[in-house]
Amino acid sequence: MRGSLRGADAPLFQIFPLPCQGRGIKGVGCKINSMNMEDKILLAHGGGGKLSHDLIEQSFLPHLANPILNKLEDSAVFELSGRLAFTTDSYTVNPIFFPGGDIGKLAVCGTVNDLSMSGARPLYLSLSFIIEEGFAVADLKKVIASIKKAADEAEVTIVTGDTKVVNRGSADKLFINTAGIGIVPERVDISAANARVGDIVIINGNIGDHGIAVLSQREGLKFQVPVPSDCAPLNKLVAEMLETSGNIHCLRDPTRGGLATTLNDFAEQSDVGIRIEEDKIPVDKAVLAACELLGFDPIYIANEGKLVAVVAPDDADLILKKIKRNKYGGEAAIIGEVVAEHPGKVVMKTSLGASRIVDMPVGELLPRIC
Amino acid sequence: MCLAIPALIKSIEGQQAEADIEGVSRQISLQLTPEAKVGDYVLLHTGYAISIIDPAEAAETLKLLKELSEAS
Amino acid sequence: MKFVNEYRDPELGRKLLDRIHKRSRKHTRLMEFCGGHTVAIFKHGLRQLLPDNIEMLSGPGCPVCVTAIADLDRAIALARLPGVIITSFGDMVRVPGSHSSLQQVKAEGADVRIVYSVQDALAIARENPDKHIIFIGIGFETTAPTVAASILQAEEEGINNYYVLSLHKICPPIMKALLDLGEVRLSGIICPGHVSTIIGSHPYQFIPDEYGIACAVSGFEPLDMLLAVDMLVNQIETEQPGVEIAYRRGVKPEGNTQAVRLMETVFEVADANWRGIGVVPLSGLQPRAPYDKYDAEKKFEIDPGPTNEPRGCICGSILRGVSTPLDCRLFGTKCTPEHPVGPCMVSAEGSCATYYHYGDDNV
Repeated sequence: MRGSLRGADAPLFQIFPLPCQGRGIKGVGCKINSMNMEDKILLAHGGGGKLSHDLIEQSFLPHLANPILNKLEDSAVFELSGRLAFTTDSYTVNPIFFPGGDIGKLAVCGTVNDLSMSGARPLYLSLSFIIEEGFAVADLKKVIASIKKAADEAEVTIVTGDTKVVNRGSADKLFINTAGIGIVPERVDISAANARVGDIVIINGNIGDHGIAVLSQREGLKFQVPVPSDCAPLNKLVAEMLETSGNIHCLRDPTRGGLATTLNDFAEQSDVGIRIEEDKIPVDKAVLAACELLGFDPIYIANEGKLVAVVAPDDADLILKKIKRNKYGGEAAIIGEVVAEHPGKVVMKTSLGASRIVDMPVGELLPRIC
Repeated sequence: MCLAIPALIKSIEGQQAEADIEGVSRQISLQLTPEAKVGDYVLLHTGYAISIIDPAEAAETLKLLKELSEAS
Repeated sequence: MKFVNEYRDPELGRKLLDRIHKRSRKHTRLMEFCGGHTVAIFKHGLRQLLPDNIEMLSGPGCPVCVTAIADLDRAIALARLPGVIITSFGDMVRVPGSHSSLQQVKAEGADVRIVYSVQDALAIARENPDKHIIFIGIGFETTAPTVAASILQAEEEGINNYYVLSLHKICPPIMKALLDLGEVRLSGIICPGHVSTIIGSHPYQFIPDEYGIACAVSGFEPLDMLLAVDMLVNQIETEQPGVEIAYRRGVKPEGNTQAVRLMETVFEVADANWRGIGVVPLSGLQPRAPYDKYDAEKKFEIDPGPTNEPRGCICGSILRGVSTPLDCRLFGTKCTPEHPVGPCMVSAEGSCATYYHYGDDNV
């Protein structure tokens, strides 16, 4: 079910001049032809003139160009048939580079994963950059290389994009916005509202890795964790799961707000109760230690390479086996089930055998100390 | 009355030490426990070691717990 | 985690619970004085698991919750001063003062930074010599020595742009004040864990001696807490109240004398204002000469404005163990973690936040 890109003119990048306080941008008269690593992004790079063109040629095209396609059109034109899945997201992660990934990898994986959670096969992405004046070209190149690598692994194509440069202080180094299109195979019906009593809840591995990896790089927290972010594209894993069973009812990637938020979403939208067991939730011991250090609960920490699946009980073991054979599913586990009691609520059985509510998190997680 | 977790002292430089908690490492202060040595486990609270954990006492407590649970 | 996981053994836990169920006959009312214990009790579901004749109450053990509104208003007023960087532990920033909060003034442009350690505040002071760095000092005897150490370090290094707003409080006087109020009849007290690491167990001796109430110093893992409850049940059933240490790997009877020495070098005991309770004599800490040059209160002139207690908030009586969050009209309706009215809902260790977050006993 591949769409076809019409002609050889699939567009790549478009750089629009930013209406920036009347600075004459066109024809800056710059003779810079090659961008060396000390270079910084200037407002003029967003101007549409020579510098903009050089930026595309030297920073974006070398990585993202499809060898056939080198013309820059205003929009990507292609044919697709079937049920389409369409998603958009913006990435503002701070810091931009963290153990296990960067904002570029995150942008591709996040978008690919959003599409995959509907059961869709991701195909095309758009990529828009908002760059703060003064951002290092070398860093931009690193981010673009990450994007390329992630896109290659997920087998998606970036077909259109945009770049803006804003005044220093108007953006925090680099923001990326994406949109993604995929095709949902026939008979696939996955939704947070589809959980049924008796269903089994599965997660594909350790929780909390991404959030802790990012937090460890933040100012004022200064600790080193040996576990990198779990940022990864899950589309192939989902495809394998769908091959195994037609009874996958819910899928979601527990990003901001963590596992707890995703489970609460399922419970609420399906109007069912969910019971999970504390002892069954997989967490890396270093991530757990970092959480203890800061006073966090790993079930609220963001993940970028995880999915939570709610599946029919008869297929659970088979699906679990399949997930475990995937490189992103080694630590997968069954963590709970869907029940008729306490609809809309998630309850956790503690190791001592008591039960407690798993609530939604509130606001921004603050390190608890005292 | 505040979060404190056991951390292992890996190295010491003056009143600062490098502590390890299951692979997570952080610089901490030994100003409150100047007698701490490399290899000691300390209770870490907001970046300071507040006491040295005595493994003998820890073992005693476990022993007591086991005895009590058998006694019932 | 070493020295942690062993104290989570569910098998041992169930057996200990059995023992407590068998031995506890009298109507028993236990109070804990430590925010960490409040959370641990809920997190492990202990209230559910203990026998019905044991009632658990929470006392004023959350340092954020017991900060008086007037004191919070002072911190907020300091944040508004030009050239000031406020450094604070996380929980404080969302607590509503009379008109604002640290988080709100941050959104309005004040430089307010969350730190994990007072050492980070010192580092910010070193990195910003042209600014005044004020650390909002909250916490009991676990944290006060670390802040004392930071002041001594500032003195040694000649850092002259570092200040502390000391809102530190100490435990034994508040325990005595609460018992003297006579509002709740307690059978036993679960004594704070890491406060006791610093002060030892001797300071609690007056409780069994003068009030006949059982005491046990507890750790935070399920087995630690069950052991402490078992010790208390034993003291109560045999009518032999005393002070025992259940958390022996973390607490020595004499405490950490070096930490106490540091605390006493830098701080002197003064009257302190406890939210919902009022001024309790000699229950707080203020920098003493010559370290009062680091005292933010002495250095900066501020006008925090009139104090405004939120109407309907019963945090005070909750902190004294007289009411539970379920008794509060605002709980779960006007007062929720998203828009808290009082500190007990904001602080992760506050009774209200804990009740809200972990649910009641009937799940």
